[in-house]
Amino acid sequence: MKKYFLSFLTAVISLFVWQITVMGFNIEAWILPSPSRIFVAFWQSRALIFYHLIPTLIEAVIGLTGAVFISIFIAIFMERYYAFQKIIYPFLIISQTIPFIILAPLLTLWFGFGLPPKIIIISLVCFFPITINLFDGFQGVDSSILRLLTSMGASQKQIFKLVKLPASLPSFFSGLRIASAYSILGAVVSEWMGADRGLGILLIRSTKSYLTDRVFAVIGIITLLSIFAVLLVEIIARILIPWHYYKLKIRK
Amino acid sequence: MTMKKAQKLEIKDLSVTFESEIIKNISLKVEDREIISIIGPSGCGKSTLFNVVSGIIKQNKGLIKINGLEEKKRQGKFGYMFQEPLLFPWLKVLENVMLGFEIKGIEKKQAKIEAVYLLKKFDLFEYANLYPNSLSGGMKQKAALLRTIAFNSDILLLDEPFGLLDAITRSNLHLYLLDIWKKLGLTIIFTTHDIREAIFLSDRVYVLSKKPATVIDCIKINLSRPRKISDQTSKKFVELEKKIISLL
Ligand SMILES: Nc1ncnc2c1ncn2[C@@H]1O[C@H](COP(=O)(O)OP(=O)(O)OP(=O)(O)O)[C@@H](O)[C@H]1O
Ligand SMILES: [Mg+2]
Repeated sequence: MKKYFLSFLTAVISLFVWQITVMGFNIEAWILPSPSRIFVAFWQSRALIFYHLIPTLIEAVIGLTGAVFISIFIAIFMERYYAFQKIIYPFLIISQTIPFIILAPLLTLWFGFGLPPKIIIISLVCFFPITINLFDGFQGVDSSILRLLTSMGASQKQIFKLVKLPASLPSFFSGLRIASAYSILGAVVSEWMGADRGLGILLIRSTKSYLTDRVFAVIGIITLLSIFAVLLVEIIARILIPWHYYKLKIRK
Repeated sequence: MTMKKAQKLEIKDLSVTFESEIIKNISLKVEDREIISIIGPSGCGKSTLFNVVSGIIKQNKGLIKINGLEEKKRQGKFGYMFQEPLLFPWLKVLENVMLGFEIKGIEKKQAKIEAVYLLKKFDLFEYANLYPNSLSGGMKQKAALLRTIAFNSDILLLDEPFGLLDAITRSNLHLYLLDIWKKLGLTIIFTTHDIREAIFLSDRVYVLSKKPATVIDCIKINLSRPRKISDQTSKKFVELEKKIISLL
């Protein structure tokens, strides 16, 4: 906790300076509301925010879950079949340069305003970091360990189960950590294309009504949601791959 | 035809070339339940020899016989301990030692009993439930040795098995290994840079030249068994030591 103290202090001071500045210069609330005002706005519209938060969260969770399954499937396939890897790898790299968000209007055209186009967008955004990290994890397995297993007469299946899978989990989780933040972002932005509920919609509506304090409150909630998603992944990782965090820890 | 018993392991005219020639016409024979050590300068090709024998690398020339029969597919036939411990960081020490059972598909319960027995015998049991990353280099090497023994092959290839250990642990481990060797009726081939260790443990010591490795000589160690640590100061022992030093 101690090592975060200075960061925490900096955040508190920044909020304080912000508050003083807004009050001191009499800045109008629709341009820049003070932190206290934002908090009041949040508190007053908490039911509304919660109402809009639910669908965003559901979209993000389904989209991310979809991405995880697709990624595991593709990464294993790439690891297993060299030809498939050769063909697909360039597409993977190129796909990274496409901001998938720009496909949202097209998907709305095809699938309407419901859940499906949003899930697809989120999955597309999330799948790249997971796939590439998982695949790199497979590739990065210590070749000496592979030789050890070969010398023991292990089958390809055993090598996969005993070494490649566990060895690639840390990098799988780094990919998932990035993707989990993307999933919230993807959900919010995909809602902009059309939806009647969701934090993205609430954000747009608040902006159009010049409710700047509420805009800030919603931005704050979206940020917190992303942080929460990343933390959740981190906690799961610490439970599932304790050995990864055990490195260099002193024995008792 | 004579009915002479076949050698446990025979290496015949083995040559290996990577960019340059590493191993040149090495032949050696190992009898059942013998302990053989291989001594040679750093980088001469000892690990390469083991890699070929264990079937990880293909030789350019020569053949390898196990129990008198040529074996082309040798994976899974030896307990091979690599020069580096290569423990799996994601498995606890106990699970690492049990790896061989897992690969052979032996029942978990039985595997655990045997692994626990070995860990206790080699003073490693208190670390059974730790991850390898929290072990010292020497303890990792010890765990790797146990994993090799637990693979339950009757021929062990040990590549510098005691290299990372302190003198006391090392000499304890010599005695444990001799004990296990006798109990399980193993045939052991190991490499070392320590001449005294080679003499103390072995029935014969092969001395290799520098790269490309050839067999310079094979020294018979006619010290009676069971051996005691105090044997290392005997006249016979010191003479053998001198003889081997003169070859290197
Ligand atoms: N995969 C490889 N490709 C090319 N050269 C190799 C390879 N592996 C080993 N060598 C070379 O083969 C030679 C023998 O290496 P090896 O590891 O077998 O020696 P060693 O006798 O075990 O040495 P040490 O006593 O230091 O362990 C070295 O010169 C090394 O550079
Ligand atoms: Mg070596």
